[in-house]
Amino acid sequence: MQTGECGLNAAVVELAGVGKRYGATAVVRNVDLCCGKGEVVGLVGHNGAGKSTLFKMMLGIVAADEGELRLFGEPVRGRGFRDVRRAIGYLPESIALYDNLSGLETLQFFARLKFADPAGCAALLDRVGLGHAMRRAVREYSKGMRQRLGFAQALLGAPRLLLLDEPTNGLDPQAIHAFYDVLDELKRGGTTVILSSHLLAEIQSRVDWLAIMASGRLVARGAVTSLTATADLPALAWLLPRDDAQARVFEALSAAGFVPLREDDGSLRFAVAPARRIALLRTLAWLADALIDYTLTEPTLEDVFLRHQRAGALPEQRA
Amino acid sequence: MSAGRGYDWQWRLVAAIAAKEWRDRLRNRWVLAVALVFAAFALLIAYFGGAQSGTIGLRSTAATVASLTSLAIYLVPLIALLLGFDAVVGERERGVLDLLISLPIRRAELLVGKYLGLAAALALATLVGFGTALVPLAHAMDGAAMVLYLRFVGSALLLGLAFLSMAVLVSTLAHDRARATGAAIALWFGFVLVFDLSLLGILVASAGRYASSWAPYALLCNPADVFRVINVFGADALRSAFGLGTLLPQGWNAPATLYGAMAAWIVAPLGLALWRFR
Ligand SMILES: Nc1ncnc2c1ncn2[C@@H]1O[C@H](COP(=O)(O)OP(=O)(O)OP(=O)(O)O)[C@@H](O)[C@H]1O
Ligand SMILES: [Mg+2]
Repeated sequence: MQTGECGLNAAVVELAGVGKRYGATAVVRNVDLCCGKGEVVGLVGHNGAGKSTLFKMMLGIVAADEGELRLFGEPVRGRGFRDVRRAIGYLPESIALYDNLSGLETLQFFARLKFADPAGCAALLDRVGLGHAMRRAVREYSKGMRQRLGFAQALLGAPRLLLLDEPTNGLDPQAIHAFYDVLDELKRGGTTVILSSHLLAEIQSRVDWLAIMASGRLVARGAVTSLTATADLPALAWLLPRDDAQARVFEALSAAGFVPLREDDGSLRFAVAPARRIALLRTLAWLADALIDYTLTEPTLEDVFLRHQRAGALPEQRA
Repeated sequence: MSAGRGYDWQWRLVAAIAAKEWRDRLRNRWVLAVALVFAAFALLIAYFGGAQSGTIGLRSTAATVASLTSLAIYLVPLIALLLGFDAVVGERERGVLDLLISLPIRRAELLVGKYLGLAAALALATLVGFGTALVPLAHAMDGAAMVLYLRFVGSALLLGLAFLSMAVLVSTLAHDRARATGAAIALWFGFVLVFDLSLLGILVASAGRYASSWAPYALLCNPADVFRVINVFGADALRSAFGLGTLLPQGWNAPATLYGAMAAWIVAPLGLALWRFR
C-alpha cells in the first residue's frame, strides 16, 4: 500500500473525491486521502490552498459538497459520528477561547463537553508547560500560551486522531520542540495525527509523509524522500575557474551540454538535472586543474514544494 | 465505535453549557445589576408612583402593579434581548463555535444549554429584583394584593423568557454581531412601540368597526401585550388603552389563552432557532 492511498484494511481517515465550493469558487477539489493508525501526516500548501477547509470538512463543521468522508469507518455528519468525536482532538488554526475564564477553567469546560475527566486537566496543563499560569485569566495569556492551551484542549480525552491546523504557529523554538515530543509520544501510543504547516523545514523531519495541496487539489503526497525524487528537480552547480582558464572551462561545459552563466566575479552557475550528475562529475574531473572551487546545491524540500505548487496551480486557477 | 447510535440526548452536555452561561452572568455581575435595577424601579414606583396625582407614599398594590407593568413592558424585553442576542453569533465571531461543533455535543444541545443557562440568570435577576422590593411592601399587602404582585413577577419572567427566545433566534440567524444587535433593537422597537401604535392606528382609521373581531387576537400576537393583558386585567383598562372593551369576545383573555400564548412565544422562536441551527 502506497503512502496516503486507501488500501483494503480500514484506515483512520478516508476521504474520497471530497469537494467544497463557496459560491462559484471550488476551494477543495476531488481530494482522496487515507491515513492509517499511528501515522503522522503533514498537510502543506500555500495560503488559501484549502487546508483549513479540509480539516473543517473532516469534522463536519463545514459540509462537503461532494465525496465521502469517513473517520474510523463512520461517515462524518452521520448519526454515529458523535462517538467518533470523543476520540478526535481538534486545534483550529486561530484558536480563540474564553477571555474571562482561567486556563484551568477553560480546559475543565471543554473536558466536560468531551466526556473527559476534569480532574486530569491540571496535569494536562503541566504537560504543555502552562502549569504555572493555569489560574490566570486567558485574557492575560500571550499568543503562544493560548496556542498551548488550545493544544491541551485537543489532547483532552486521550484522542486517537488529532487534527491540528498550524499547531506550532506562535510557539517559540523550545515550545515547538516540546510539542513534537508530545506528538512522538502519542504516535507511539497509536494516535494518528494530521497537522498543517507552512514551515516545511520544520515538519519534514517530523512527519511520516506529506500531502501537498494547491488551489484545493491534492497535488502530491508521499514520504519526503520520494517527493524529492519524483519532483525531478535540478541541482545547482557553481564553479570558480582560475583566471587564465575561464574560456577553457566555459567551452568544456558547453560542449558537455551544460548551459553555464557567467557571473561578474568570473564564476559560473548552471543547473544540473538528476540524470546529468555523473556527466558533470566526468567533466569536472577533466577540468580539475583549471578550477579553484566548486559547490553543488541539492534541491530543498521548499523547492520541491514550490514545484508541486506551481504544477497544481497553473493549469486552472478557477473551477 | 461503542454503542449509542440512536438520537441520544445528553443532558450532561446541556448542563455544562448552561452552567458556563450562568456562571458568566453571575461573575460579570450582570445578575446583580439587573436585580438592582428591577428592585429600584419597583420601590420607586411603589412610593412615588402617585406623585403625578399629588400623593406621595405607598399606593394600592393594583396601582403599583399597573405602573410597574407599563415600565416592565419596555425594560424586560430590552434586557432579555441584550442578554441573548450574543449567544451564538458571539461564539461564532470569537471563533469558538467551530471548536464547540467539533466536540461530541450536538448543536441542539448547545443551543438548549445556552438558552437554559441564560434563562436561569434572567430568572434569578427577575425574582431577586422584584422579590427584594416585596420585603418593604409586603406588610401593606393583603392576600389578594400579594397575588397581584406575584402574578406580575411571574408574568414579567415569562415575558423575559419569550424575548430571550427571540434573541437566541436572532443570534443563530445573524451573520455577525453587529447585525444581531440591529435585529435585536428592531425587534424591541417592533414589539414594544410600533405594534401597539399600528394597532391603535388601524382601530382609529376603521373607527373601531371591525375591532372586536380581530383586535383581541392581534394582542395575543405580541408577548408584550399578552403581558399587559395578564396584569392590567379588566375591560376598563383595555378600553382606556385601546378603546375597546365591551365588545370583547368571551373568554379570549382566559388565563389558559394568555399563558398559552406566552408559552408559544417562548417555545416557537427557540424551536425555529433549533431548526435553523443544524
Ligand atoms: N466561509 C467561507 N466563505 C467563502 N470562502 C471561504 C470561506 N472559508 C474559506 N474560504 C475560501 O476557501 C479557500 C481556502 O481557505 P482555507 O482557509 O481552507 O485555506 P488554507 O489552506 O487553510 O490557508 P492558510 O494557509 O492561509 O490558512 C480560500 O480561498 C478562502 O478564501
Ligand atoms: Mg488555514
